[in-house]
Amino acid sequence: MSEGHPSSRPGFWRTYVFSTDHKTIGIQFLITSLVMLLFGGLLAALMRWQLGWPGQPLAFMEKLAPNGMPGGVMVPEYYNMLFTMHGSIMIFFGIIPILVGAFGNYLIPLKIGAPDMAFPKLNMASYWLMPPAILIMLAGFFVEGGAAASGWTAYAPLSSTLGAGQTCWIISVILVGTSSIMGAINYIATIVSLRAKGMTFFRLPMSIWALFITAIMSLLATPVLAAAVIMLLLDRSLGTSFFLPAGMVVDGVAWAGHSGGQVLLWQHLFWFYSHPAVYIMILPAMGFVSDILPNFSRKPLFGYHSMVYAISGIALLGFLVWAHHMFASGMNPALGTSFMAATMVIAVPTGVKMFNWLATLWRGSIRLTTPMFHACAFLSLFLIGGLTGIFAASMPVDVYLHDTYFIVGHLHYVLLGGSLFGAFAGITYWFPKMFGRMLDERLGLVHGALTFIFFNAVMFPMFILGIGGMPRRIYDWTQYAHLTHFGGLNRMMSVAAFCLVTAQLIFMVNFFWSLFKGKRASENPWDSTTLEWATSSPPPHGNFATPPTVSHGPYEYSVPGRATDWVAQNAAS
Amino acid sequence: MKSVKHSCWNRALTAAALLLAGAAEPAWAFGQGGARFWFPPAVSSYGAQVDRLFLIVLAITGAVFFLVEGALLWFLIRYRRRDGSKAAYIHGSTRAELIWTVIPALIVLYLAVASQRVWAHIQGPPPPHQLELEVQGEQFAWNVRYAGPDGALHTADDLETINQLHLPVGQVVLINLASKDVIHSFFLPQFRIKRDAVPGMTSRIWVQATVTGNFEIVCAELCGLGHYRMRGFVTIETPEEFRAWLAQVQQEQHT
Amino acid sequence: MRYERQHAWIFVAGVLVAIGCGSRPQDAAATSGDAQGGEPIQLAQAADEVASAPAAGSSTIQGTVKFAGAAPSAERIKMDADPQCKLQHQEPVEKQDVVVNPNGTLQHVFVYVKSGLEGTTFTPPAQAATLDQHGCMYSPHVIGIQVNQPLEITNSDATLHNVNCKPANSKPFNLAQPVKGMKSKKQFTAPEIMVKCVCNVHPWMAAYVGVVAHPYYGVTGADGAFSLTGLPAGDYTLEAWHEKFGVKTKTVHVGDGETASVDFEFAG
Repeated sequence: MSEGHPSSRPGFWRTYVFSTDHKTIGIQFLITSLVMLLFGGLLAALMRWQLGWPGQPLAFMEKLAPNGMPGGVMVPEYYNMLFTMHGSIMIFFGIIPILVGAFGNYLIPLKIGAPDMAFPKLNMASYWLMPPAILIMLAGFFVEGGAAASGWTAYAPLSSTLGAGQTCWIISVILVGTSSIMGAINYIATIVSLRAKGMTFFRLPMSIWALFITAIMSLLATPVLAAAVIMLLLDRSLGTSFFLPAGMVVDGVAWAGHSGGQVLLWQHLFWFYSHPAVYIMILPAMGFVSDILPNFSRKPLFGYHSMVYAISGIALLGFLVWAHHMFASGMNPALGTSFMAATMVIAVPTGVKMFNWLATLWRGSIRLTTPMFHACAFLSLFLIGGLTGIFAASMPVDVYLHDTYFIVGHLHYVLLGGSLFGAFAGITYWFPKMFGRMLDERLGLVHGALTFIFFNAVMFPMFILGIGGMPRRIYDWTQYAHLTHFGGLNRMMSVAAFCLVTAQLIFMVNFFWSLFKGKRASENPWDSTTLEWATSSPPPHGNFATPPTVSHGPYEYSVPGRATDWVAQNAAS
Repeated sequence: MKSVKHSCWNRALTAAALLLAGAAEPAWAFGQGGARFWFPPAVSSYGAQVDRLFLIVLAITGAVFFLVEGALLWFLIRYRRRDGSKAAYIHGSTRAELIWTVIPALIVLYLAVASQRVWAHIQGPPPPHQLELEVQGEQFAWNVRYAGPDGALHTADDLETINQLHLPVGQVVLINLASKDVIHSFFLPQFRIKRDAVPGMTSRIWVQATVTGNFEIVCAELCGLGHYRMRGFVTIETPEEFRAWLAQVQQEQHT
Repeated sequence: MRYERQHAWIFVAGVLVAIGCGSRPQDAAATSGDAQGGEPIQLAQAADEVASAPAAGSSTIQGTVKFAGAAPSAERIKMDADPQCKLQHQEPVEKQDVVVNPNGTLQHVFVYVKSGLEGTTFTPPAQAATLDQHGCMYSPHVIGIQVNQPLEITNSDATLHNVNCKPANSKPFNLAQPVKGMKSKKQFTAPEIMVKCVCNVHPWMAAYVGVVAHPYYGVTGADGAFSLTGLPAGDYTLEAWHEKFGVKTKTVHVGDGETASVDFEFAG
């Protein structure tokens, strides 16, 4: 199924741009999403300026955004655009592509012993939908009225009333959704049909299990999002009434001709996708961590089978909890009860994973390398993300905390503390395989430690703000009497946010320097067991000189009676 | 060469000093407000129940937090790589895994039951009420509607205010929530209640204030450029003061 | 070795692609202003386009707008919806829709030449018309402006005002002024009687802007009088517009250097 073999060399465009090689596509996803993550971070820093020093001018921004920040003073509609674009970019162009697009493409064939993906051309198409999607989303800044400003959740009917930027947002989401579906089909087909001889399902590394389950979730959930945004588009452009009830009077104008629409339908459809999407964004990171912890503890993963059942359970439950985002929406309170029950149950498989990871470290021989540091940071931060989720699951408490900074803190602990630290763990772990050079350990640890510290300094106070009753998506919080004492805290968070963004320079320096000047990586620098380490770094086109045969599980570390403390999956039995 | 290096150092030091100063001022201000970093005081009949539930969840999750983070740190130190020591070859333990499946399951079951009890009280059928009114969200104001002398809402003698919600203390008040245009969320932080005002449907909540005072209505659902400014005012007063206020509004609007 | 170089190239290509995307947001931000407003460009065009000097004349049309009947009692505005607004007024504030002057004339009537100036083009003045938001009221309540003349909108209050103007013939705009002292410039590109501007934060606030293609318009003030000066001699149709009472038209002839008198009358 893979195209050609190592000796047939296509030209420049075919090799580096419109490549069908899963490794090139993975690296394309990686670079694109890293750039978008940085851009999304800069948007966040700009928001933190307004939150730390409301209404204070930021002179240089006047040139960059004369209408958004006239005289350097941010206006509220621009603030709304900033958090909308920050959320959309981070989720659709940052976290999902880096975890699923970059690592999914790069790792799946290598880790299952396949020469390439099942559908290389589909794979290429899934990447090449991203640049137009990004350009269209950002084009919103150019159009009349500016970019989309209804939050990344685009709740109807606000999203039905906004200008052309919202249309850009919708088209972009349709493209990125199509890309996700293409990728998902490819991952599932590849994992089901292209595993090497002897690579049974229960010999798959956890990262592949996670990506497999993620792909299934993505395949089932994304079409619902596509349907929802298309309905939104029709409501906006053709005057349909999917989400628009009769009798709306917007800005003094009666919206005649609409009737029978249901405002809450948007939220049901949107969260039917977006809650599974939260797991799409965290399961791969869990998979990477499950690969990295055993390696640097030199110990088998604790409870491999229960880990597989746990992610399957999380994925299944992930489809049954969407309406816990809607406890305050006015839906029937009895419905809330059932969604709370399902939400609470998710804590069980998540707990199993957390305790199994801990037990993996127990009695290990731990090497605190950069990937290991990031994996442990993942454990410690995802724990906070998970535990604060329990507050949000308890409906009466959630009714108070909903749409406050508590939720903002919770989601950043999951998506930045969890997903992004997982991604950093993955990058630092597989960098030698991808580029044939080692990252600098010292820079890596400094970057990791600073990111960890500044991340907590920005995000932890959000829980305090939320408990204090500070709503999210608020341009100027100072007018509320019950919030006036939060000035110092907000300024401290802003300073930490600027430091957090600045600390990423260290990562960039490390990345570029190591790419050209780093120590050369051997085939298997981490003494790892899985198949991607059984070929050269970087692997050739076609991945393996001879197709590997698998006869061991993925985490055979410190097997008694062996000369080395690891047994490769393809080692002779 | 040397002087260039020197000026570089100077610049770096200046930058570091500025950064430090930038962090110090907020840190100081942070300390100033330290005592009040908690819930705003609860003023509704069910506020204390919500706070108590929060504390239960906080106690449980707090214990798990310290347990897990402590174990993580301890393992990282205790089992760090040492010459001569080898990792154990353990694949798992059914017993251990059962324990950490069942115990969390029991805990969340308890939390679910505890939450449901409070939920049913707050969101279930409201207790008999003494006053019913309507709050309608609109970009970017809260329109509050009281029944006029005929005691019925949505009649010609209704009394309407903008952003001014007066409630009699101790009385159960039904609030019907509606919206003219987009979704707004009617959030009373001190009452521990929040409910979206959704166009096309009417939501109903009830509140019972326990003390008099002045509070604010927060809009908690993004509703456009003036969302942040969609602030209303709640005045809790004695039933006599409330009746006097209502009479005054009546006089202003219907004479 | 060979693969390494290959990957370095992939990387460079990736960076190029990434920079291609990454730099866009800045451009986007930089141009978003122009894209949203479009004023600066239009201003320049307007200045170049109109070469013909206004047909300056020496005639004047003046008059008063009378109000027949009993003056309705003015409704009071309750400003407790925003304490910042309430703070600025010691006295009760009355609605500005019907203001009858003590001399029996009507305020806030927009009077302009409706027809009679066809075929002449007028340069818009560079001097901006002003609309102030002060004490959560628009000042003035009714203004006239020439097509393509800049309109300077100021927020003199320490609260948010959004200026939401919905012309049918020009580009609508809705801009927020969150900070006291903020100024914005806008303009209307086609004649329109009248453009309504509102503030959604303070539902009682409304202003009306009469956009005309020439400089011959006026708004009645505390004396109920208007005066259109510098007109060329000719036959004109005048229209008077009032927010509540609609429009009235009258025709008038004015000779060179003469002053014609036209009075309007609205009834409650």
